[in-house]
Amino acid sequence: MSEPLKGIVLSHAALAQAMVDAVKQITGESGGLVPVSNDGCDGGQLGKRLDAAIGGSDAVVFVDLPGGSCLQAAMRHLRTGEQVAVVAGVNLAMLLDFVYQRHLAPADAARRAAEHGVRAVRSLPA
Amino acid sequence: MTLSLVRLDDRLVHGQVVVGWGRALDVQLVVLVDDRVRASEWEQDLYRMGIPAEVELRFASVPEAIAAAPGWLASPLRTIVVTGDVDTLAQLVEGSDIRRVNIGGIHQQPHRSKRLPYVYLSDDEASRLVSLVARGVDVSAQDVPTARPVPLGEFT
Repeated sequence: MSEPLKGIVLSHAALAQAMVDAVKQITGESGGLVPVSNDGCDGGQLGKRLDAAIGGSDAVVFVDLPGGSCLQAAMRHLRTGEQVAVVAGVNLAMLLDFVYQRHLAPADAARRAAEHGVRAVRSLPA
Repeated sequence: MTLSLVRLDDRLVHGQVVVGWGRALDVQLVVLVDDRVRASEWEQDLYRMGIPAEVELRFASVPEAIAAAPGWLASPLRTIVVTGDVDTLAQLVEGSDIRRVNIGGIHQQPHRSKRLPYVYLSDDEASRLVSLVARGVDVSAQDVPTARPVPLGEFT
């Protein structure tokens, strides 16, 4: 692979921008993550925003919820046949890992990110 | 009338519908009325991803929805019916005894103008909604349950 993977964070409202900002604040890494919001657009317009953010690159699309308009846009993009993988239920822990794994293939990076994100969710005793 | 909500929303089944309205109304059934989605198993699978296990999701074309509407109105199931465009909504209402509709998110398109922060309508779409009011249908906009319902007359 010549170019590192892009990570697209696709969310409701300003969540995606906030998560990308947080990753930059923690790691100093500013490249590779692109925020996309579903604010003010229907499904077709959101698809165009996502297409523009991916820009033909190999990418992992991180979606906030495991259903709804953002996931629908991501799943529709998968049908284009581009080298894109999708992870639903994004959290900060998986993005922090992803920015150091951009050399992987999209499916491998997505699988690793999902595993990392799940491990980060814990219920701690009082 | 036991239909909990008949909604116009161009995102169809999404967070505001499933979480916002679904929780507030303790909904048991969501019916997505859209000819294009009804014809595509792949699209239907997409919408199923966003539905909690305890909520049933059904798909209907406009003719199927008109035929089923009396049953929905008489059913004890707490039901949300979602349509994605004004024409589909108007056909359904004109073909049934539905007397209250909710305008949710209708987003910007080149031929539409802003009526509310979450409602953009062309003049033709606005006229079609006004015609429903003339038939005795209560038409108001309300994106989420905690917002104030805005009667159609205030934004057309």
